[in-house]
Amino acid sequence: MTEPSETTVDSLVPIFFMGKRYDVPASLTIQKALEYAGYQHIRGCGCRGGVCGACGTVFRIPGSYKLQVGLACQTVVQPGMHLMILPFYPGNRSVFDIEEMKGTGGELAALYPEIFKCIGCNACSQGCPMDIDVMHYMAQAIRGDVAGVAETSFDCIMCGLCASRCPAEEVQFNVAILARRLNARHNIIRAKHLEERVKEVDGGKFEEPLRDLMSKSTEELKELYKAREAEPQMAEEDWKPVDARYV
Amino acid sequence: MPYPESLKKLIEKVVATRPARVERKKNGQEFPPLKLEEREPVLRNFHPDFIEGTRRSIKVGPSKGYAISNEIVDLLEAKSRVNPYLINLLDPDFETDVLIIGAGGAGTAAALLAAQNGAKVTIATKLRHGDANTMMAEGGIQAADKVGKDSPYYHYLDILGGGHFVNDPELVYTMVKNAPDALRWLEGMGTSFSKYEDGKMKTMHGGGTCRKRMHYAADITGAEIMKTIRDESRNHEDMINVIEFSPAVEIALDDQGRCAGAVLYNLETAEYHFVKAKAVIIATGGSGRLHIQNFMTTNHYGATADGIVMAYRAGVPVSFLHTVQYHPTGVVFPEQAEGILITEKFRGAGANVLNINGEQFVYEREPRDVEAACIIRECSPEGRGNGVPTPTGKFGVWLDSPMIDMLKGEGTVRKEFPGKHILFRRFGIDISTEPMLIHPTLHYQNGGLDINNKCETNVPGLYAAGEVAGGIHGENRLMGNSLLDVIVFGRIAGIQAAEYIREHGDSGTANLNHVKQYNEEVEAAEIDVDRIAPMILPDYSNPEVRKKQLTKDYFGTLL
Repeated sequence: MTEPSETTVDSLVPIFFMGKRYDVPASLTIQKALEYAGYQHIRGCGCRGGVCGACGTVFRIPGSYKLQVGLACQTVVQPGMHLMILPFYPGNRSVFDIEEMKGTGGELAALYPEIFKCIGCNACSQGCPMDIDVMHYMAQAIRGDVAGVAETSFDCIMCGLCASRCPAEEVQFNVAILARRLNARHNIIRAKHLEERVKEVDGGKFEEPLRDLMSKSTEELKELYKAREAEPQMAEEDWKPVDARYV
Repeated sequence: MPYPESLKKLIEKVVATRPARVERKKNGQEFPPLKLEEREPVLRNFHPDFIEGTRRSIKVGPSKGYAISNEIVDLLEAKSRVNPYLINLLDPDFETDVLIIGAGGAGTAAALLAAQNGAKVTIATKLRHGDANTMMAEGGIQAADKVGKDSPYYHYLDILGGGHFVNDPELVYTMVKNAPDALRWLEGMGTSFSKYEDGKMKTMHGGGTCRKRMHYAADITGAEIMKTIRDESRNHEDMINVIEFSPAVEIALDDQGRCAGAVLYNLETAEYHFVKAKAVIIATGGSGRLHIQNFMTTNHYGATADGIVMAYRAGVPVSFLHTVQYHPTGVVFPEQAEGILITEKFRGAGANVLNINGEQFVYEREPRDVEAACIIRECSPEGRGNGVPTPTGKFGVWLDSPMIDMLKGEGTVRKEFPGKHILFRRFGIDISTEPMLIHPTLHYQNGGLDINNKCETNVPGLYAAGEVAGGIHGENRLMGNSLLDVIVFGRIAGIQAAEYIREHGDSGTANLNHVKQYNEEVEAAEIDVDRIAPMILPDYSNPEVRKKQLTKDYFGTLL
């Protein structure tokens, strides 16, 4: 079994994986290049699509002292690159009961008092493979701006590279998810229509129509299916169907 | 890689037709959807499920005679990875109330509910907690919660129409009815759904929906849900113990045929461990990494059908596995991103699907199987031959994302689709001004283990939830019903397993007799290969390297 792109004929370039040289096709991502080299990944490989945070990678190009970051599944190899994958980071995580909280900045600070140790060096932002302005959301956390942290950190994949670069030993990604959860739970208004609909369901409002559908023949169902009234693509939120018997 | 000149030239044709298409869309003039009776011939001629020689009947086990994809049959007609005579079941390495196999959306939801109902939970998972297709689901989660314009009644009809009217009615009923409460549960845990200022959930259309009921968290809905429920489970480490990099390979039964635990394989020390449990929930997800018919896949690295294999050996029949879902829109260029999912939400937001001439050839919100078949027809030389050629000799069609900005205001693509915007930006493509080149890609296991509406299998104490189970989606799942499935049925499985152990207490003495018998059955069927299963991980390592892996016998954990 092969992933389709491995069949491409391509010029080989050297890469150094944890210091060891492999010659790999120039067009491959780091992840596929290592497979080409003979690895079957166990750690350091997850969704292979840039969203899970399993394959955060630190690398350096010869001639430069600068460390760069990327996701192994998304970053194309560069000739001579030295790299390592960081599949795990032992960051601190505080336990909390979201029901008992209020969604304030003080709660962030109480669970992660180390946020005040941030020295604003920006190594975290430079170390983020998702281009999140991590230092900015840490500043927001220090200011108690829970909604700000939630918004700035929304794309975080929790790979831990920020924390790995932090001289103040912050665990930015855990601060961020706490803020997102607090914000969504306590600061943003709950959906009233959900509450109402759950009550309707619990009250048995749809029991009979549903049971009736379940007892219908395929032919009858097909007719009902074809006759469904479609909410137009560009309809506004307040659109109402003509047939309101089952809503 | 940015688009080469050859593709940039073809994009000009898309740009040329765009203003008129946007205008039509604004006026509510859609490309005509196929009628119900027109769907059938397109599917029969162009959907991969109908290609001859791609399925065969299973020769062994509880669903013997059922014809499904060769790649899955290969795993079912295989022996155990371990010698069942050597595993010591009398001295368990771990003991727990409920063992959950798989730590994706269904497994984690089940863990939270089982723990909440008083059961001690152990989750065993192949990779990390949250490494699962749930994490990769993008577009949204359905629930009929818009009072006054939608209801579970229409959700039910949409699901049946998408699934070709063969779905299990009880399972569909259970899902649509519990959908609003599932959303409320997620909201209450602090999942950041996209909302209006008054707290109302934003909802969109998906393929095959008659009402806008797709809730979302930008274009990373699954990741947002997975990160939230995983984080919550980490608040309950006293009740929920997670064992990572330890996939289960066999179920154990007791002398009365009840489920009694599972055998795990520690991927790093190569040990097999026995976990004794009073109930087991299989939540191992799907099978995209089997690359059925050599298709590229959107699936997670660990999606190898392990749960199907284990439970099947323990006597659980399978159904609806004769159809496989190909997502209409996977990346076909740039090559480095090949197979990656492009959420249906782009089409839900109005993006047209276009051929090499920049022309529409399909309504962009057909159910997935129909949409995929129409795209294959457009690309294939046996079809209409209007595909866009890629530099590596494949074909795709355009997904016209820039028109979303024209319909809904500049900046919408960047704001509503941050995940894909970043992905393409890495390759020098701006999807708010350039369309994406896409082709159908292996996406979802429509069928799986037989369960009832309590997630029970026919083996007492053995439950299944999520993509590993079959029946809910019939022969074709609609967008946004998979995230819903994992949450609704994950929660049910957790509650039911906790209740089961309250009633039945401890399981009896564990054995692997069914594995021994299954091995014998495979031999008796004269299946003439040395295959073992489950697969655990796909092997993409270089065949040239493998030729030199000449160790005569494995010693310890060294290959």
